[in-house]
Amino acid sequence: MTPIITSLGDGRKIDLTPDELRKDIVQGSETAARKGKIDGLTDADIDHMVDIFSQPGRTVSVERGKEVVVTDDGAGLMPSWGRPSAGHAIPISDHQSILMYERVYCGDTCGLGFPDYSYKPVKSAIGYARSHYKAISMLTTIPLVYGSQPNMGMYYHPTGPVESPSEYLSAFQFDKAKQVQEQAAEHMRRDIMDVAEGLYEVGCEAMNLDTTGSAGDADFWGCLNVVEDMKAKMPDMPVEMGMAGEMVMGMHGELTYDGQRLAGMFPHDQACVAAKAGVDVFGIAVNSETGKSTPYNLARTVTFTKAAAKASPIPVHANSGMGVGGMPMTLVPPIGDSTRCAKALVEIGKADGL
Amino acid sequence: MAIAQIVSSCMGGVRTAGDLVAWMQLTRRMKIDQAKAYVAQKLDVSVRDLTDETVMARKREECGISSVIPDHVEYTGIAAKARIARLLDIPIRSVALFHKNLNG
Repeated sequence: MTPIITSLGDGRKIDLTPDELRKDIVQGSETAARKGKIDGLTDADIDHMVDIFSQPGRTVSVERGKEVVVTDDGAGLMPSWGRPSAGHAIPISDHQSILMYERVYCGDTCGLGFPDYSYKPVKSAIGYARSHYKAISMLTTIPLVYGSQPNMGMYYHPTGPVESPSEYLSAFQFDKAKQVQEQAAEHMRRDIMDVAEGLYEVGCEAMNLDTTGSAGDADFWGCLNVVEDMKAKMPDMPVEMGMAGEMVMGMHGELTYDGQRLAGMFPHDQACVAAKAGVDVFGIAVNSETGKSTPYNLARTVTFTKAAAKASPIPVHANSGMGVGGMPMTLVPPIGDSTRCAKALVEIGKADGL
Repeated sequence: MAIAQIVSSCMGGVRTAGDLVAWMQLTRRMKIDQAKAYVAQKLDVSVRDLTDETVMARKREECGISSVIPDHVEYTGIAAKARIARLLDIPIRSVALFHKNLNG
């Protein structure tokens, strides 16, 4: 029997028998269904995913007519040395890199961002962001989406103005811990709004709040509120919101939006509150477990994605990259996994984009 | 990573009609099937044609909305986007600002 070559969540190649493959997919789906209180994959979905992993080719692709669109968090900047965190360090400008992404690689949209990819540092470099955005947007035809991370953790000591809640949590001073999180969320909300207004003035076509909720429910709460602010003042600027993980961590625990508690919220509900706030495209993120197989991680992701796509009134784009969307947690993602994850997220998860 | 996804699962940007469908998702919150149907109707092509490079290269040239080999350089960038905003009947902030700068 020909073994199925796939990966573990840490990137190591493994061989699975057909029975082991099916078992991992079923287990991944059941885990997601149990945690999210959502439907698991159907037998037909599981057969489809088994087929995707069993195809002998190195890569796979979606069926004709099922293609979706792609948004990103700086993929178009990746070749440029203007991106010090994880770029390819080719000595070309961001302008050149983005135009290559548009006309050579043929992305449907392109992200632009500051090398220090959080709204807090962008605020102090807003002149750079504005001139950068304006100049590049005159040259591009595809939507140019300005992205950054809300990253509420940057507002805590020692780098930010607010005391860290961890000190209070460890001292069982829960009210104080909640208070400082709300303060940090307000700082973040003001910074994101300042950046949005600055970019709107130079013709920003869309903004991306990328990795929302990374500091927990207060982070998500602050982002939902700032989207409301943005839409009230700049209704013609679309907003994309991508999440940090499948479940909103309850670091605060009591914050609500539209009457719903944010802590512990899963993607199908996240998408709905995001839409209510004014988000136009919602990015679901499901984290990979490094000790589990890619079929297991992908089945978890597809199960959450299918539920979110069904519940969401707005387009859902599935985050799929290093450590999310079924992908292994590696810096250089295997293309066999990339294409299998993409195909399953679109064909089974019914994502509107990636 | 992005290239693998683009080739395996995505529409292909200005190579086909991917950017146009993306504009509809962003500006009108349309899900993928609705966005494709809307763009196809506006371009007077079938949904299937939206990812046909041959059909779309001709259509994009005809509409002046850029392509991977933009012979007509005046139809790339902001000029192409101005035509896309008109063609799809959508607001594009950079285009609105450009018109304002042009016309005062």
